Amino acid sequence: MTSLPAPQPKKLGLVIDLDICVGCQACATSCKEWNAQGYSAPLVDEDPYGADPRGPWLNRVHTYEVGEGDAARTVHFPRSCLHCETPACVTVCPTGASYKRAEDGIVLVNPDTCIGCKLCSWACPYGAREYDHLDGVMKKCTLCVDRIYNENFAAEDRVPACVRACPTGARAFGDLGDPESAVSKNVAARGGYDLMPELGYKPTNKYLPPREKRTGTPHPVAGTAATPAPTGSPVESLFAWIDRALSGQMPSNDGPN
Amino acid sequence: MHPAYSVILFTTASGAGYGLLCLMGLGAVSGALPPDRLLGFLGLGLALALITTGLLSSTFHLGHPERAWRALSQWRSSWLSREGVLAVATYVPAGVLGIGWAILGRTDGVFAAAGIAAAVLAPLTVFVTGMIYQSLPTIRQWHQPLTAPVYVALALATGAVLLALLLAALGSGVHLPASLAAMLLAIAAALKLSYWRAIDTAPPLASPGTATGLGRFGTVHQLEAPHSQANFVMREMGFTVARKHALKLRRFVLLALLAAPFGLCLLASALSGASATLALLLAAISTSLGVVTERWLFFAEAEHVVMNFYGGGPA
Repeated sequence: MTSLPAPQPKKLGLVIDLDICVGCQACATSCKEWNAQGYSAPLVDEDPYGADPRGPWLNRVHTYEVGEGDAARTVHFPRSCLHCETPACVTVCPTGASYKRAEDGIVLVNPDTCIGCKLCSWACPYGAREYDHLDGVMKKCTLCVDRIYNENFAAEDRVPACVRACPTGARAFGDLGDPESAVSKNVAARGGYDLMPELGYKPTNKYLPPREKRTGTPHPVAGTAATPAPTGSPVESLFAWIDRALSGQMPSNDGPN
Repeated sequence: MHPAYSVILFTTASGAGYGLLCLMGLGAVSGALPPDRLLGFLGLGLALALITTGLLSSTFHLGHPERAWRALSQWRSSWLSREGVLAVATYVPAGVLGIGWAILGRTDGVFAAAGIAAAVLAPLTVFVTGMIYQSLPTIRQWHQPLTAPVYVALALATGAVLLALLLAALGSGVHLPASLAAMLLAIAAALKLSYWRAIDTAPPLASPGTATGLGRFGTVHQLEAPHSQANFVMREMGFTVARKHALKLRRFVLLALLAAPFGLCLLASALSGASATLALLLAAISTSLGVVTERWLFFAEAEHVVMNFYGGGPA
């Protein structure tokens, strides 16, 4: 059924901290690796090492320059499915292959019933869906539905692959429908926001804005303290002579002794 | 948006076919068209051939055409599914009308009822096709109240030109059908011009600043793309046509799809015999070229909001 389920309390999603993302692409490659063998498999790249590589990736990291002059900053911006509450990508699907799970809000594509008409990708304002030409079906972020409930995994691994891979902790996974969850509290504290809320898709994933830039004089950098003065010991003089000799500088009258 | 040739062929061919079917149904019911077997065979045959060609070509761009039957299931929420259901449903009255008209030489009774049903379902199918595009909030040039009405108007106009041509070729009087075609072309032209005015003045949905939510920190421009080569999103949604080319093509559409066939239909309405047939043949060729260009432009001019993430212009 591509009609949407009635709103449920549980809304699993991601919170992405634009302040600390360093744009390392670990989330994107980890996502690709996991999903090339999991729910979205196959997730094949054509001509991967050639001149024109192409293939579906479920997570893409943009890098933007924001602001001008001294106020300019670099912001790395991971972009994947936001698991919206009212996703038009689901309701436009003619076959029922696209659906939103009632129990946790995850938006999925059933690869066995998708006809590959691509209309859902037109309906998504966030570019979250990428068509797989080799598989003939649409691919998208599954919120690693095949990891997060996997009881064979250690507790710390029951998170999406992108979250597990992030070396800076810029990605967090949790229940955004629960105001007491860690992710919800962080969103409230940091002013987390929706992407393009005016379009009415009600994204579940939230973005934490970059913090204000620090102003004023920079802190002194460690290691710039003055080096100790020479003591004038014979050993020190010997090494100074060797140093000059090896550098091709013979001792001269005007040089320091 | 990338103009998929299968979808252009589908919407223009089946559009003309549904337009012709609608007018054949109305003509049969009203008695304006005689229950002549040859007319029924050629008219409904041409309409169903165009519709079927279009529907088949629409499956060419699917990743799994063998699963196309599944698209009939989600009519509660999906305009594309509704289109599939209506397209299949329209074959029923069209087939009944065809049996009556082309085989039995009758357009009364149950066949008249089938004519009414076909005349209603055919333009409704085209309207629902238009709603697939009109319902998408992500594309400003499609999310317009005139998108679906233009689809219907062009389907009826292109179908009317074909009907007038057919009647001329069969030696029937063409004054009424050619005048009707001219009138429908004029209505389509008025709607299309209003549509172009609407998309030229509609404000962009977003900018890189509003799409990323980073606009509050200053101007946002892409420093580095996430991938070295264009991905599916950029290939499918990133197609743009230069403004000056678009204006040239719009002028061609106005001339070939609307103005020239309008003049030729008016001319034909005053003529008869071979000269009327020739004028209507030229009108049919002109509308065909025009409507394909119009549909290509409908895709090429459509800007998807996602391109803002790729630093594209406002969309």
